[in-house]
Amino acid sequence: MKRLTTLLMLTGALGLAACASKPPAQLPPEPGPASSTTNMEAQGSVPGSQADFQAFTRGQDTIFFETDRYNIDSEDVAALTTQAQWLLRYQAKRATIEGHCDERGTREYNLALGERRANAAKSYLASLGVDAARLSTVSYGKERPAALGSDEDSWSRNRRAVTVTID
Amino acid sequence: MKLLLIAPFLLAANTVLAQTAEQTPPAAEEGGLSGSVSDENDWQDTSIAITDFVTDADVPTATNAGTTAQLGRGLSRIIAGNLRNNGLFKPTGPDGLPQPLFGEVQAPNFGLWQGRSTEMLVQGSVRAVGGQIAVGCFLFDVALGQQLTGATWTVAPGDWRRAAHKCSDLVYSRLSGENPFFDSRIAYIAETGPKSRRIKRLAVMDSDGANHRFLTTGQAMALTPRYSPDYKSILYLSYLNGNPRIYVYDIALNSQRLITESRNPTFAPRWSPDGRWILYSMAIAGNTDIYRISALGGASQRLTNSPGINIGGSFSPDGSKIVFESDRSGSQQVYVMNVDGSDQRRISFFGGRAATPEWSPRGDQIAFTHIAGNFRVAVMSPGGGTLRYLTDSWQDEAPSWAPNGRIIQFFRTERGSGKASLWQVDLTGRNERRLPTPADASDPAWGPIRP
Repeated sequence: MKRLTTLLMLTGALGLAACASKPPAQLPPEPGPASSTTNMEAQGSVPGSQADFQAFTRGQDTIFFETDRYNIDSEDVAALTTQAQWLLRYQAKRATIEGHCDERGTREYNLALGERRANAAKSYLASLGVDAARLSTVSYGKERPAALGSDEDSWSRNRRAVTVTID
Repeated sequence: MKLLLIAPFLLAANTVLAQTAEQTPPAAEEGGLSGSVSDENDWQDTSIAITDFVTDADVPTATNAGTTAQLGRGLSRIIAGNLRNNGLFKPTGPDGLPQPLFGEVQAPNFGLWQGRSTEMLVQGSVRAVGGQIAVGCFLFDVALGQQLTGATWTVAPGDWRRAAHKCSDLVYSRLSGENPFFDSRIAYIAETGPKSRRIKRLAVMDSDGANHRFLTTGQAMALTPRYSPDYKSILYLSYLNGNPRIYVYDIALNSQRLITESRNPTFAPRWSPDGRWILYSMAIAGNTDIYRISALGGASQRLTNSPGINIGGSFSPDGSKIVFESDRSGSQQVYVMNVDGSDQRRISFFGGRAATPEWSPRGDQIAFTHIAGNFRVAVMSPGGGTLRYLTDSWQDEAPSWAPNGRIIQFFRTERGSGKASLWQVDLTGRNERRLPTPADASDPAWGPIRP
């Protein structure tokens, strides 16, 4: 646990350094009942549900990437570690990792790049002990942006891999 | 008499589209107005008058255009529109022109047209023959007082617009020296809905946007279609059942099948020019490679084996080579390999990224998306020679060649809204125009001349 704390502190520092191309490590909570809760025992979340997963991960169900990159950096490690904690607790749950890209890539390449990002997240979760057979991937390329602007900030929020558990 | 015409009524009634004319061989003394698009001014400025196609008897037809006389006006309007919209020649008519009598279709009053300073004249005829429509199309050199070429086609009523495209092709080819392209179709992706959740449907249309049809409902996202060379089927990507996979869609049967049973995602489908082979790209554990499979099915052959994303692919016209995209060097660049995957070498060294290569049907150029800040459609030689930009906008991508390799179609995305539209540009880069589509549109794929 001490290791994780150190890692999180390190991540915070890196997050500041890399702010030009990656979104803030802690995104503001998305609107909606599921993710606005702050802990997994919060009201309304059935333990082991997708809502519970979102409450537990507090925005860390998503990891972000640099332009054209798919490597897992220390910020991503923190998020995936949180995801893995939940997934290891609910061993019967399966999850899909959705890979996405920003709009500043060609369509077909982005489909392949999104798949590569989703697989990078999957491999890391597997390395943390989550059975890879429980994890599937799907790439949406640039077809499903989360942020709708045509600017660096939006693009950095769209280069992402989102873990969605299957209820 | 150089031109031999076979009377329309001699045609077999059951042929969908039978061409029966002898084209005059381009004689040297006529100085056929040839030229490539890069130095085309000599023929681009040619003035052409197109009169109403006339009929011997104004009778109802089974077409959606009305009687034979109405059909004649419709045909000449399509031809004038084709030439005008593509920036070809200086067409006038049919409105505002003196119209010929039926007997004058092949014997124009040249004096009248010489007085109007028209260089070329297109006239035509329409006749109902059995249940079919016979359309004659004749091109005259006004100054020479001579017919340059002519043809007659018999078409099924539902195919009447094809006769106008055939006539446009006849005129264009005779005057430019280039191969035809109007009698062709386009597959593309129709887009509606908000940017976060666009609905993307497979759609098809004629080269001029007519006979538009949606082939999928939009429930499953569809992307990147490619018409088969015989127009019987379309390769495309569908998220049917949630995962991106390549399907072959059979147009007549309205059914589709996966090209490979693998559970891995497949992208970027392409036909070989003869329609016997399919290229696709498949991701395994995040690594994407290009594969080749017979259009009839069977085992796939892996063509690339390099860490990273190897994707797309476009055959040289002779089918011996494939140009494709790979980021094995660290960023998207264009490579060429033999059809069996051997001798892979990079050909793009322009700075920035180079993506979506498409080999010209003429073989002499490769169109691609060059990314250096903005996305621009560009061409280079197959050896990777000089880059030449054809467009300059925020995001133009995915060039697709006209069947004759003289015009390129691509899609343009608007910054902010993300709205996409189809555009065409000629090889000079000067003549650029937006294709009208019922909704937003992307991923245009131009099919060959129709069989």
